[in-house]
Amino acid sequence: MTTAEMLELDRLREEVAQWRARFDAAKKRNALFANSGDVVDPVYTALDIAGDGSALELPGEYPFTRGIHATGYRGKLWTMRQFAGFGTAPETNARYKYLLSHGQTGLSVAFDFPTLMGYDSDHPRSEGEVGKCGVAISSLADMETLFEGIPLDKVSTSMTINGPAVILFAFYVAAAEKQGVNLKELRGTIQNDILKEYMAQHAWVYPIEPALRLIVDNFAWSAEHVPLWNTISISGYHIREAGATAAQELAFTLADGFTYVERGLARGLDVDDFAPRLSFFWDIHNDFFEEIAKLRAARRIWARHLKERFGAKDPRSLIMRFHSQTAGVTLTAQQPMNNVVRVAYQAMAAVLGGTQSLHTNSMDETLALPTEQAVQVALRTQQVLAYETGVPNVADPLGGSYYVEALTDKLEQEAEALFEQIAEVGGVVHGLETGWLQRKIAESSSRQQWEIEQHRRTIVGVNEFVTEEGELTIPLLKVSEAAEREQRARMAQMRASRDNGLVESRLTALREASRTDANLMPCILDCARAYCTLYEIRAAMEEVFGAYREPVFF
Amino acid sequence: MRPIRVLVAKPGLDGHDRGAKVVAAALRDAGMEVIYTGLHQTPEMIATAAIQEDVDVVGLSILSGAHMTLIPRVLDLLRADGRDDILVTGGGIIPREDMDALEARGTGRLFGPGTPTSELVDYIHDWFEARESQTA
Repeated sequence: MTTAEMLELDRLREEVAQWRARFDAAKKRNALFANSGDVVDPVYTALDIAGDGSALELPGEYPFTRGIHATGYRGKLWTMRQFAGFGTAPETNARYKYLLSHGQTGLSVAFDFPTLMGYDSDHPRSEGEVGKCGVAISSLADMETLFEGIPLDKVSTSMTINGPAVILFAFYVAAAEKQGVNLKELRGTIQNDILKEYMAQHAWVYPIEPALRLIVDNFAWSAEHVPLWNTISISGYHIREAGATAAQELAFTLADGFTYVERGLARGLDVDDFAPRLSFFWDIHNDFFEEIAKLRAARRIWARHLKERFGAKDPRSLIMRFHSQTAGVTLTAQQPMNNVVRVAYQAMAAVLGGTQSLHTNSMDETLALPTEQAVQVALRTQQVLAYETGVPNVADPLGGSYYVEALTDKLEQEAEALFEQIAEVGGVVHGLETGWLQRKIAESSSRQQWEIEQHRRTIVGVNEFVTEEGELTIPLLKVSEAAEREQRARMAQMRASRDNGLVESRLTALREASRTDANLMPCILDCARAYCTLYEIRAAMEEVFGAYREPVFF
Repeated sequence: MRPIRVLVAKPGLDGHDRGAKVVAAALRDAGMEVIYTGLHQTPEMIATAAIQEDVDVVGLSILSGAHMTLIPRVLDLLRADGRDDILVTGGGIIPREDMDALEARGTGRLFGPGTPTSELVDYIHDWFEARESQTA
């Protein structure tokens, strides 16, 4: 900084102090961030970003605060990727074809709860849940049906699956093989982020250590065989939905990411062999500028830690690519049409924050799975943003905003402080075992509920602007009870037509390999190819690994 | 009057426990004795816990769409044990018409997203007072 610039800043400092005195004396309302409870300053100036270096940063350059591409969205728009799945594989296959024909550019599979937990559709624990919250996939046969007529080398597919992620991934790879697709061209993502399952989303299967082993097995296998595949989507989404603040979402998710990197390194992998395939997933909540700043801070923190702490050299290891979804938790059952507006603002924040792909929620999701009409409005929201508003024309258009830059710095500092706290409690894994991380999230969630009930925080249509007339109703999707019957019949047929001797021998091989240090991916893939079911494969490993038990508290 | 005993339970495979935990804490803060089951409970596990813990109220939280299977099963298991004095209430992502059908089948009131916790507290207090005055 030159002497002249420093003198100007000094002058500004005096002016701001005078302005502040006038502001403090005036009658005004207080403003808080959407869910941290922190006070927002009434104005930001050059003083707030003096010396932070933001004036010298460019998009596409380290530390990537301003985005990972020099071209912003001029080179490529974000991928419009609506999460979808319900009922049976044939029904969801039809929904995918509908979405692709309406201009959606990537697929995102929502599995039902039995699949998420590793149960087959005909398992007793699945009763009443088959196809309810997503599509039921119990074997390679279902996966083949799900993508029937959709060439897997032409679409990128994201799969939200965690506890049994490697098994569903093996079904997908085997389905691609049966389509004759070159695996080197397979593009997509499995969520596969087990740490946030223990923290927030709770679709776990195995205890933490064997679960982490499976993830690293997959990193190693995929680097060699499916080099374009994202082996993990390290997710803040569920942490935020469970109640975390923006800073907690940022810090806990990045801490999970660092833990996976450490585990990969401990296995002897080179950081630049697997870090380029790590991707992220963020929740886009209501506080517009805070969300944009969160995304900018996330990229900067990841780049700095990967470079300085883990010694990554490949620029692709340093860039954080991520998917975003508008915040389901902000949608209201009251006056559901208002949700369209909430989603539109959140979508704009995601794009201003530089997301690579985006799911926009449908207005009816607090009531049921979305109808086709509601999904269409959600997708059109993205298309209006992309093609009518001009928002994607300039890379990081809010870069240089005093407020957004200062907020980016603030979130980065808060995240660093939380990393220190996590280190003090013994790291992420220990913090999960003791429930420290889960408690932090639960505390934030309780505070937000209290603020809403005390009318300290306004939720339009819920605690203010309530309509006295009857609830506005919108049409809802009904998942038919027939899905469960049909899926059981499909399972019975599949079990009768496969080579059961081969099934047994493949499961035995997997069980034996689980007792060793061998990479389990080849064995799991062999099981998938032989039409072993999801639960059979899960159970073979569970015999060796055991099951996870949660620390129960409230 | 003795404290009201409540079992807050998560039936089925769904992992969304934010609501259940917020409600459990609110009921506790309102002076009730609250037991929380944790996730992934079968109806059998819930009914057994309710009877063993001798609760007055079972609060079920379901966001998975499986409510039409799981809630009636808890109700039936309690009845089979002669415990139809226990109030089975709850909430989650449950469409209005399904709530009506479940209430007709014998549950207490079911609550949707956005319900203030004070409403649940009042509801349980009122129900409890009415039951106690009948048996007194």
